Amino acid sequence: MPRRIVVPFGPQHPVLPEPIHLDLVLKDEHVEEALPSIGYIHRGLETLVTRREYPEYVYIAERTCGICSFIHGMTYCQAVEKLVDCSVPERALFLRTIWSEYSRLHSHLLWLGLFADALGFENLFMASWRLRESVLDVLEETTGGRVIQGSCKVGGVRRDIPGETLERMRSGLDTIEREAGEIADVFLRDDSIISRTRGIGVLSREDAYALGAVGPTARASGVGIDLRKTGYAAYGRLSFSPVVETAGDCHARCIVRVKEIFTSIDLIRQAIAKIPDGPVEEKPKKNPEGDYFARSEQPRGELVHYVKGDGSRHLVRSRIRTPTLTNLPSLVRMLKGCNLADVPVIVLSIDPCIGCAER
Amino acid sequence: MSYLSRSPWVLHYDASSCNGCDIEVLACLSPLYDVERFGIINTGNPKHADVLVITGGINEQNREVVRNIYEQMPDPKVVVAVGICACTGGVFRECYNVVGGIDCIIPVDVYVPGCAARPESIIDGIVRALAVLEDKKRRMENAGGKEQAGSPAGGAQ
Repeated sequence: MPRRIVVPFGPQHPVLPEPIHLDLVLKDEHVEEALPSIGYIHRGLETLVTRREYPEYVYIAERTCGICSFIHGMTYCQAVEKLVDCSVPERALFLRTIWSEYSRLHSHLLWLGLFADALGFENLFMASWRLRESVLDVLEETTGGRVIQGSCKVGGVRRDIPGETLERMRSGLDTIEREAGEIADVFLRDDSIISRTRGIGVLSREDAYALGAVGPTARASGVGIDLRKTGYAAYGRLSFSPVVETAGDCHARCIVRVKEIFTSIDLIRQAIAKIPDGPVEEKPKKNPEGDYFARSEQPRGELVHYVKGDGSRHLVRSRIRTPTLTNLPSLVRMLKGCNLADVPVIVLSIDPCIGCAER
Repeated sequence: MSYLSRSPWVLHYDASSCNGCDIEVLACLSPLYDVERFGIINTGNPKHADVLVITGGINEQNREVVRNIYEQMPDPKVVVAVGICACTGGVFRECYNVVGGIDCIIPVDVYVPGCAARPESIIDGIVRALAVLEDKKRRMENAGGKEQAGSPAGGAQ
């Protein structure tokens, strides 16, 4: 007669870089139910919007999450720009696109490393993180920061990238692409990775849609949503198609992220080829008034920044909807019926970013 | 590095950081920075750890978690607060849920500034902490192990 027991997982756990707590209801080794509880990193940064002037809040918005910091700052700026009647110059839009895609590259490589580590494949963790350093070098050279860039501002960007640096970035992409190809081969074909991930933590297309999954978690289950297709920043002038897989298991989520690395490299190449000359910022003409939802595609999925202003220098409300929080219901569904030993891999497969989720 | 007589194990905990410092702590393990050349190994078990590396400030929900982890670590132990949030609360110190820096809950030996702290400064902070660790160990030996008493056990693993 199997016994039901509850095993606590987290908040401090060897496989988790960040604290989240799951109560796993087990029947022998099978997970019957997973009950998440969060709040270990909650800071309450949305309230700071009333204490900082709207151009200064960009710094706080960036620090919602240190991994996708640029995209947080950019999405906040996109929302505020609608309230202050500011049209961002073309060159700034292309620069934002380039930095967004470099952020995605470093985020996906970071995830691939952590995923390999969760599988016990330490060599692959090292290989992914070594490649990630060459992406961070570009971010540091062009913005001044490795993980928190601070290069986006309301009305444009804080600094330009000179032509010769763009040229160097373009040739650097060839090296990144070649080395990413070697790593990708292991993630896509290695037997031990496939045996640990295929058929594990399956999320059906219907569940992904009904539970509101976003980003690679949704795309791995056959739901082809990618906010970049809405054409914000300069994405409307670049051609790409979202990576969609149909298996819905941990390996499919891994495949989506591996393939997106190459999509990102291609997008940066296109953006460098098409970037126009011109100014990189425009001054806001008035204080923010009204409210607006801005959406963008973060490495983990759809990100929404809502802002509301009353015509003063301070906004009245900021609300951030982050992809990890949106993906938690899907995670609970994936964990149902899995083995206890697969829990770390499944938790990591949604690329949890608790810093974002709890803000 | 003559004072480094053994291999220190590091436990990393994210208190309420934005992840920026966390991924820089992890970057220290990657081939470019490679702290394992100092014999430093990242562990997930508080009972194996000599150095507690904390990123982010203390908030209402994690104060007991941080205290619990600290108390589970065997003596001698050192605490490194990484990033401005762990030192003082940083940009989030005015937030309603943030209590302040790590030192409002547990004693901190080394403060590493930066937002996000760079891997070089994190490594520097940990190496400084190792000198403190050696010092604490020597004092414990001189006291005949008496200073070791009083560390409550946190339950078996």
